[in-house]
Amino acid sequence: MSSSSGTPESWISSFCSLLGHEYFAEISEDFIEDDFNLTGLQTQVAMYKEALEMILDVEPEEDDEEEEDEEEEEGDESIEGEERSSRRAAAERRHHRMASDLSIIESSAEMLYGLIHQRFICSRAGIQQMSEKYELTHFGVCPRTNCESTRTLPVGLSDVPGEDTVKLFCPSCLDVYVPPNSRFQTVDGAFFGRTFGALFLLTFPEYDISKKGAEVLSGNHGPRAVASHPTDTDDKEKINGMNASNLAPGLGKGKMYEPKIYGFKVSERARSGPRMGWLRNRPSDIRELDEAALYHVEHPDETDDDMSMNGVPTQPRQPTKKSRRPNGGSPMSIEPNGDAFT
Amino acid sequence: MDDFNSETDSDYTSYWRDWFISSRGNEYFCEIDEDYLTDRFNLTGLNTEVQYYQYALDLVTDVFDLDCDDEMRETIEKSARHLYGLVHARYIVTTRGLAKMLEKYKKADFGKCPRVMCKSHPLLPMGQSDNPNVKAVKLYCAKCEDIYNPKSSRHSAIDGAYFGTSFHNIIFQVYPALIPTKAYDRYVPRIYGFRVHAPATLIRWQHGQRDDMRKRLRKLEIESGFKDDEEEVEPEDSEEEEEEEEGEMDALENGEMDGGGNNQV
Repeated sequence: MSSSSGTPESWISSFCSLLGHEYFAEISEDFIEDDFNLTGLQTQVAMYKEALEMILDVEPEEDDEEEEDEEEEEGDESIEGEERSSRRAAAERRHHRMASDLSIIESSAEMLYGLIHQRFICSRAGIQQMSEKYELTHFGVCPRTNCESTRTLPVGLSDVPGEDTVKLFCPSCLDVYVPPNSRFQTVDGAFFGRTFGALFLLTFPEYDISKKGAEVLSGNHGPRAVASHPTDTDDKEKINGMNASNLAPGLGKGKMYEPKIYGFKVSERARSGPRMGWLRNRPSDIRELDEAALYHVEHPDETDDDMSMNGVPTQPRQPTKKSRRPNGGSPMSIEPNGDAFT
Repeated sequence: MDDFNSETDSDYTSYWRDWFISSRGNEYFCEIDEDYLTDRFNLTGLNTEVQYYQYALDLVTDVFDLDCDDEMRETIEKSARHLYGLVHARYIVTTRGLAKMLEKYKKADFGKCPRVMCKSHPLLPMGQSDNPNVKAVKLYCAKCEDIYNPKSSRHSAIDGAYFGTSFHNIIFQVYPALIPTKAYDRYVPRIYGFRVHAPATLIRWQHGQRDDMRKRLRKLEIESGFKDDEEEVEPEDSEEEEEEEEGEMDALENGEMDGGGNNQV
């Protein structure tokens, strides 16, 4: 392994520049070096120590002694085949490492990197890096015609590795698509995780997610028209914690495909008639989705003691909004004090 | 197409259509029968749409014998392709044409739906307009009933009018057995296993629309085409809710572990 000292590029940046790894962010070494961020990964990755060393480009000579101690300790805990072989490898490492070992470690390192990556892109630094990649359209655009080439985000459908490959989440139609290039069909979806896509939307509420691609010609009447709300002219209208203009701008009237034959709409009553319109639909007045406000319109007499909501239906949304602003709308600073943890 | 000039003699004198449909980028086209092309009725109105109409038609039907320079030939060639496309839009809604396109559909020659929940359902080419030079060809998925852009740039340059706005709907009227069962499967954005409020309300609203539609259809006793058609809507929905709740509980357990790690830094 001592020969690797000659390579000028770090393992992380060479990994990220591999063909098919275009979606990956470069995890900062600080993040990896914080053991807390790696909690629980030891059990998920074979030859964890070696893999971690490889990712961090640590010279094996430097920590050989330390390494051997660790290996002995681990050996007591579990005597699985992999563990044993790694112990043997540790003993022989000073002389030479077998090629087969190296390839195992390499694949372990890739797995470990992916799993750390899943956590990293949900951290402040990671999501920032991903937003830069998003802005440069590194993740491609939505294949749906009515989304007009809005940018997508890489997501996984599972947090467990080996279940499914990476998919692209389009915030404009809230759906997931298979990446167009087959080289991404070898990238594990768990390396991005289920959380990143939605967390991104809440972390960067100011992004105009309908931007990019063909200029919106017919769609402007959709979300943008209702964007000005009489009660808060200085701020963009919020709906259920999101900017109303960013809640599925690619859906709804004018953005839905209507099947026609010689110009005549195909009736719903036909056997071949449209059945999936709901999937791409959206209320023409987005405020219809503000269920809490609607409830208060319908039940003006009832008072909620636990939530200090009283009177005007739009008012109850106000206090939460105001308190969120100092945090820059980031859910990461809110969550620990928020509903989920109390 | 690019090597047209070098191969002209062998190509345009015979089997122009063979060459055309087998050349790169023209995978979406099927071969139009000679009989159909030679019936003037089928070409009604196209003479005003296509430059050098007669020469172009001669070229398509392999009877072209005009001596002209390369530039002229190139123009006629272009017209011939345009003419072929416009006739193609008419041809594919005929019985023969539908059958040919059906074969291609079954082989997934037009690609597969990029939507994950459609599970690679084959697509059909379509146009958003019947007039040429308006919009490029799009691909229709019968499972999610939406249209998508072709993956490859060589396909996204094809005129949508060469397939028309009706063909992909007619084919399912003619072959109702082809209509895929529709599914409820969809993506739900989640953060550490929890559904996100704003998208979740939209999804609830959409499901309300869907259930309203199914009720309407049930009242009229029309098959809705969903997988679980024989079951009642109401119990189905409560089941679905229960499943989702369970999923959430699992997610909560896993989510807390992950969440702790991620919130640091």
